[in-house]
Amino acid sequence: MAKRALDGLRVADFSWIETGPYLTQYLVENGAEIIKIESMKRIDMVRQVMGPVEVSPFERGVNMGGMFSEMHRDKLSCTLDLTHPKGVELTKEIIKISDVIVENFPPRVMKNFGLDYDVVKEIKPDIIYLSMPGFGSTGPEMDYVSFGTIQVCLTGLAHLNGYVDGPPIRPPTSYGDPTNAMFGAFLILAALDYRRRTGKGQHLETVLWTSVSAVLGEIIMDYTMNSRSQTKMGNRDSSMAPHGCYRCLGENQWVSIAVGSDDEWKVFCHAVGHPEWLEWEMFVDSLSRWKNQSALNLLIEQWTGQLTPYMVTYILQRAGIAAAPSFTNEELIHNPHLDSRGFWFEPDHPALGKRIVPGLNWRLSETPGEIHRGGPLLGEHNDYVFGELLKMPKEEIDRLVAEEVIY
Amino acid sequence: MAEQALEGLKVIEYGNLIAGPYCTKTMAALGAEVIKIEPPEGDEARRMGPFLNDVPHHERSGLFLYMNVNKLGVTLNLRTRAGMKIFHELIKDADIFVENNTPQVANELGIDYPSLKEINPKLIMTSITPYGQTGLYRNYKAHDLNLIHSGGFAYINGDPDNEPVKPGGQQAGYVSALKAAAATMCALYYRGQTGIGQHVDISMQEVVISITEGTIGMWSCGRSIRRREGSQFPGIPFISLYPCKDGYIGAAAATPPQWKGFLEMLGNPDWLSDPNYESIAYRMFQYNDLMAHEPKLKDWLAQRNKLDIYHTAQSKHVPYCPVLDIEELVNHPQLDALGFFLDIEHPETGKLKYPGWPFTLDETPWVVSRSAPLLGQHNVEIYCDRLGYSKQDLRILRETGAI
Repeated sequence: MAKRALDGLRVADFSWIETGPYLTQYLVENGAEIIKIESMKRIDMVRQVMGPVEVSPFERGVNMGGMFSEMHRDKLSCTLDLTHPKGVELTKEIIKISDVIVENFPPRVMKNFGLDYDVVKEIKPDIIYLSMPGFGSTGPEMDYVSFGTIQVCLTGLAHLNGYVDGPPIRPPTSYGDPTNAMFGAFLILAALDYRRRTGKGQHLETVLWTSVSAVLGEIIMDYTMNSRSQTKMGNRDSSMAPHGCYRCLGENQWVSIAVGSDDEWKVFCHAVGHPEWLEWEMFVDSLSRWKNQSALNLLIEQWTGQLTPYMVTYILQRAGIAAAPSFTNEELIHNPHLDSRGFWFEPDHPALGKRIVPGLNWRLSETPGEIHRGGPLLGEHNDYVFGELLKMPKEEIDRLVAEEVIY
Repeated sequence: MAEQALEGLKVIEYGNLIAGPYCTKTMAALGAEVIKIEPPEGDEARRMGPFLNDVPHHERSGLFLYMNVNKLGVTLNLRTRAGMKIFHELIKDADIFVENNTPQVANELGIDYPSLKEINPKLIMTSITPYGQTGLYRNYKAHDLNLIHSGGFAYINGDPDNEPVKPGGQQAGYVSALKAAAATMCALYYRGQTGIGQHVDISMQEVVISITEGTIGMWSCGRSIRRREGSQFPGIPFISLYPCKDGYIGAAAATPPQWKGFLEMLGNPDWLSDPNYESIAYRMFQYNDLMAHEPKLKDWLAQRNKLDIYHTAQSKHVPYCPVLDIEELVNHPQLDALGFFLDIEHPETGKLKYPGWPFTLDETPWVVSRSAPLLGQHNVEIYCDRLGYSKQDLRILRETGAI
C-alpha cells in the first residue's frame, strides 16, 4: 500500500449519525485508523438508513444501511457497552493507544459515561479530544437536542433558502453536519501540528449551529453594518444579471447561467444568437439588466428550452461564459468530467455488495487518499481491537461478549 | 498571550473572493502569519457588497472585511518581472501557498506547483478551483451559482414543480475553503513527519457533491433519482418546515424517546396512538397513512408561536427549531452566551460586529489580532523590513506597476 498522509494516526471515534462520521471519513481515506466505538445498546440510527431496495426495511437489520456504509467506509467497528463499568475500563485502554477522540453528543453524555476530557487527560495527557455539541457547551440552550436537518433552521440558512418572495424551504441536507465536520477536521489536524512541536494535547470544540452561521458571513455583516435582514434570492445574485437557472429540452432538465460584466453580456448575446438584445434599452447596462431580469430570464428560457443542458453549457463555455447543467445524482455518476478525474469509487461490502460512493474529499499529489471497502459490520473488528491491539486472551473476550460488555 | 496552534507557520495567499481567502483565514485565526497578495487593483471582494451604508468603497466591503481578518496585505503585480521576482522571494520562505485561480491562469502566471516546487521543495501548495486541476471541465468558468448546480445540490433543493435553486450566500466558496483548510493541515501533518511538501487539489464541484448527503446513495442503493420535495424530508413523515403563528418552525421527531416527547407535546392524540409508530422504520412504511393526518399537526402548530413551540418541544427532548431570520440570529441569547459575535475596529469603518468562529481550543485559543488589511497596507513592512528593499526601490516598483 502506498504511503498516506495520516498513516499511523489512531482515532477513538465515539461519534454517530452524521457530523462526527463525516469528519472521520476525511481522516480515514488519508490513512488514519478510525476505531468506531458503538454498541447494540445505542445503535447509530444511520445504520438503518437507505438500505438496498431489494431487501425490505424490516429485514435489513443494522448492517445494510447504504448511507452508513458510505459514511464509514474503511473504518473499524468495535462494540462496548459504556453504561457498564467494564465497558468504560476497556474504552480507556483504547484511548491510551489513540491520538485523537471525536464525539458529537450533547455535553452531558461523555460526562455521564465518565469519559469527559478532564478524566481522559489523566490517562492520556497528550490526547486531542474534539467535542461537537450542536448547541455548544455553555448557555441557556446547551442541553437542547440537535438534529442537523432541523437545526439548520436556527442558523439563518433555512430563512435564506427558497424562491424570491416565497416561504423558507428546508435545505435538502443537514447542512451543518458536513460544514461542522470540516471545521473539526481542520482543528484536529492543526492541534496535531501543535502537539508535534510541543507535546501538548488539548480539548477542542466545534458547534454545529454556528458552523453554518459562520458561512453566512457577508449576509450577517450586511445586518451588522446596515441593519438589513436579507431574505430569499432564489437563483438571483445581488448584482449580476442574467444569473439564474433555466428550463431546457427534456423533462426536468435545467441549466445555470451567470453573466457578469458588459463584455460578457456582449459575448453572451452573440453566443445565443440574439445580438439585437444589445440594442434594447431595457438591457443596455448592468443596472437595467438587473432591474429587468424577469423579462430577460423569459427570453433566455425561450433559447435554452430548445436545447439540452449539455448543449447550452457547451455553447456558452466555448464563448467564455459561466454555465453548467443542474445535475441529478444519476447524471453525476455518469459525468465524463468526474469520470476523467476518477472521482467515483465502488467499495465492496459484505452485506451490500459493491455500491458507488462519492470519492476522495481532497487530493494530495504525493499521498493520494484511498477507498477500499464499505462500512464495518457492527462489532466486525472486535477481535482486532481487543485481541490484537489490547492483547486480551480469547477466553476473556468471549467471557465479556457473554456478559454483554463487548456488545 | 497563550501560545497558538499554528504559531510560526508562514502562509502566502493569492486568493480572490471566498474560496482562497476563507481558507487562509482559518489558519490566521490559529496564529499562522498570512500574507495576502492582491493585484494592484485589489481582491474582487473589495468591489462586492455589502458595503457600509450601501456606499461602494474598496475598504468598506463587508465581504472583504470578514474574509481577511488577521492577515497582512501587500499588493503585487504577478504579470511583471519585478513582481514575479518578489513573489518568488516570498514563496522561498513560506510553508503554505493557497490560491484559487483557474489552472489556466495559474499556468499563465507561472504560479503552478511544478514551478514553485523548484523554488521551495518543502512547500505545500493548495489550489481551489471550480472543477479541479485535471479533467474535461478544468478550464470551465464558474460562479458560485454554477457549482451549486453542477455539484448536484440545487437539483434536490426547492419545490418539485419549480426550478432547482441555490441556497443563500456563496456556499460553494465557503465549503470549499473549509475542505481546503483541512486538506492543507493534512499535508502539513505529513510534512511534519517526513519533510515532504505536496500539491493539494480541491475541486469545488466535488466538494459540493460531498455535501449532498445520501443523494448519491439513493442512486447506488435504489437506482432512484433524488428530486426536489420542498421542505419535506424524503420518506419520513413530519420532518419538514411548517407555518406557525409568527413564522415557521422546523419539525422532527426521529428516535423513540423523541417520538414519545412529540406525542406528549401534542397531548397524546388518538390519531397517533398506534404504539408501532415509535419505530422510524414503521413510520416510513406507513408514510401515506401518517401524512393523511398532517393537517392536524399543521393546525396545532399554526395556533402557536415559534419560540413557544421550540422551548416546549426541547423541554421534552424533541429537536424542533424555529426558522430564525438574520436579525433574530444576531440577537439570539444562546449565541450571545457562546460569544459568537465580536467587535472589530477598522480604520475605515470604525467598530463593527463580526461573526466569530464556531469553535474553541482550550490550550491555544483562536485570536483576533488585526482587522482586514487596507490595500497594500503592509508593503513597507514586508518588502522593506522583511525582504530588504529600500523605500526608493518601492517607489520605482510602484511607478512601474509591479506593486
